[in-house]
Amino acid sequence: MASIPSLVFYVLIFLSVYVQVFFFVTFFENRKKIVIRDGKTKLSRYPAVTIVVPCFNEERTVYKTVRSLLDLNYPKDKLKIFLIDDGSTDGTWNIICHFEKYKNVKIFHKKNGGKYTALNLGLEHSETDFFGGLDADSFIDSESLVRIMSYFEKDESVMAVAPSVTVHNPRNFIQNVQKEEYHMGVYFKKMLGFLGAISVTPGPLTIFRKKVFDDLGPYRHGHNSEDMEIACRMQQNQYKIEYCNDAYVYTSTPMTIKNLYKQRLRWMYGLINNTIDYKGVLFKKKYGNFALFTLPMGIISIASVSYLFGRIVYNFGDFLYSKIIILNAIGWRFKMTNLHFDSFFINTQSFVFLVISTYFLVIFAMIFGRRMTEGKWRFSINMIYFFPVFSIIAPFWLLKAIYNTILSRKPDWR
Amino acid sequence: MNNNIDWKKYLIVFFITMSLFLSASYVSNYFSNKKINQLKSIQDKIAIDILSSETQFSLLSELSCKNIPDSIFSDQLRELGSKLEWSQSNLGATDEVSYLKKYYALLQIKDYLLAKKISTRCGVKSAFILYFYKTLDNCSECQKAWSVLTSLRDKYPKLRVYSFDYSTDLSAVSSMLRIYKIKDTMLPVFVIDDDVLTGFHSIEELESRVKESFKLQETKPIENERSSP
Repeated sequence: MASIPSLVFYVLIFLSVYVQVFFFVTFFENRKKIVIRDGKTKLSRYPAVTIVVPCFNEERTVYKTVRSLLDLNYPKDKLKIFLIDDGSTDGTWNIICHFEKYKNVKIFHKKNGGKYTALNLGLEHSETDFFGGLDADSFIDSESLVRIMSYFEKDESVMAVAPSVTVHNPRNFIQNVQKEEYHMGVYFKKMLGFLGAISVTPGPLTIFRKKVFDDLGPYRHGHNSEDMEIACRMQQNQYKIEYCNDAYVYTSTPMTIKNLYKQRLRWMYGLINNTIDYKGVLFKKKYGNFALFTLPMGIISIASVSYLFGRIVYNFGDFLYSKIIILNAIGWRFKMTNLHFDSFFINTQSFVFLVISTYFLVIFAMIFGRRMTEGKWRFSINMIYFFPVFSIIAPFWLLKAIYNTILSRKPDWR
Repeated sequence: MNNNIDWKKYLIVFFITMSLFLSASYVSNYFSNKKINQLKSIQDKIAIDILSSETQFSLLSELSCKNIPDSIFSDQLRELGSKLEWSQSNLGATDEVSYLKKYYALLQIKDYLLAKKISTRCGVKSAFILYFYKTLDNCSECQKAWSVLTSLRDKYPKLRVYSFDYSTDLSAVSSMLRIYKIKDTMLPVFVIDDDVLTGFHSIEELESRVKESFKLQETKPIENERSSP
């Protein structure tokens, strides 16, 4: 008779494998629809677009961000750029002032109120039919906007289009591992796009029809994850979100574990709290795959990581306890242990094979995500490093986010 | 809005996931069976070796102790013991594993009797510890005792330790429990030269028993030899 912990363990493994297989089957169904365009894209009509860049202490990156916007392959008279300084305390304002001379650029200064307030200020001043935000630490490929706009041209019912976000100039190990994670994200989001179940419209450039905000209201605080909140709100109102895999945006990623932890804590807190806020949608079939797959998937991943972490801590505690017992019994006695390899002791329980097959599916996700962003089928050793690095640190931001949720504390923006 | 739910796909994915589960469990069973078979073949080999030694001993004992079979199976038995312990915790306490444990207990008893006979008749310097423990109820004293015995066995290669799980359902083990009047509340129990020591005993205590009672020559541990100038 299986014990309850091992039953829970296998149920969670089943659900995790299910999620990966679901993605893979979706890929298999839609693989021919994935287009990766090369060269210049043309539209029959170029609608006017407003892109807002909310800035808070971004003096190091904002110049390059705005330059990338000015270099877009899109008619200048159809592109309005709003640079909004959200009460920066560094030299951000001075830098954005340099761009005032451009006809299609408007600059604003306001008291610090958080990213969503800066976006809403942009919304108030926007007069175009399309609206988007671009984080001031991200750089946009010159073809991105036109490729995103092609989705709106093709399908009248599309209300928002998200881009492929990838890592800008990774320089150290932590950033290289994140790069593979972002590749994986590109694959998963593309599949969620096919399923009509995207749950985040990323801050590094998502373009919306202005109608979305006219109908549903402006951005909300969304537990510091306004990009997830607006996506959930759109899903709740059955507004279609697409994913443009060949619209590339390069974003700056944390270089240290500490900054990565802070960023992910904010994301995780947003995920948990937005899921709680939109729990009414959960498992209701009228909300489609978003309600039946995306939201439950988030819950499954939270449950799996928490459970596995608990199990690892328990096993480690058990191991330490037995070592202490031995230490008490015989003291410090070092001996040369016979390290010969005996295949007998390799764990061959069925979960091992399931975990390995899940890893293979995740590595496939990274490889195909990379193919979608870089056009190459290529394996990288960082794809393997992703597993230990994220398995070790992810539980900490997850547990802290759960803890903060319980105490209703909000994490700092950065 | 594309909110048509493709129920067929949810079902197909469920069946694919199920078949992955079944395949994983099939592969896992395959390896478990292989391991069980490996254990069986080790046990059979030890059984034949013991039987052969017994026969050889009977044949030669009339003549001299010169050609007595070198006592012999300690390492093999030890390896088998650790593999069985591992199997019990990783493959589960299946019927096959508990059958193998019984067989193992029996082999240990036979080895013990043979080695003791050789020791008495031919004056081979050996020491014997019978150790009784339990795997149930998380016996931390047993864990400590086992680490002491492992350490002693590393230090004294001629010390022969035979360990018996109290719950082994085998008449030979039950007989030993009866002979030494061992009850489960007394565990762990050491039997050294027919003296029954109950509960945990420190390494120093057991070491002096091993040295004094059995007049065992101490062989220097390898580490000490290495570290000495």
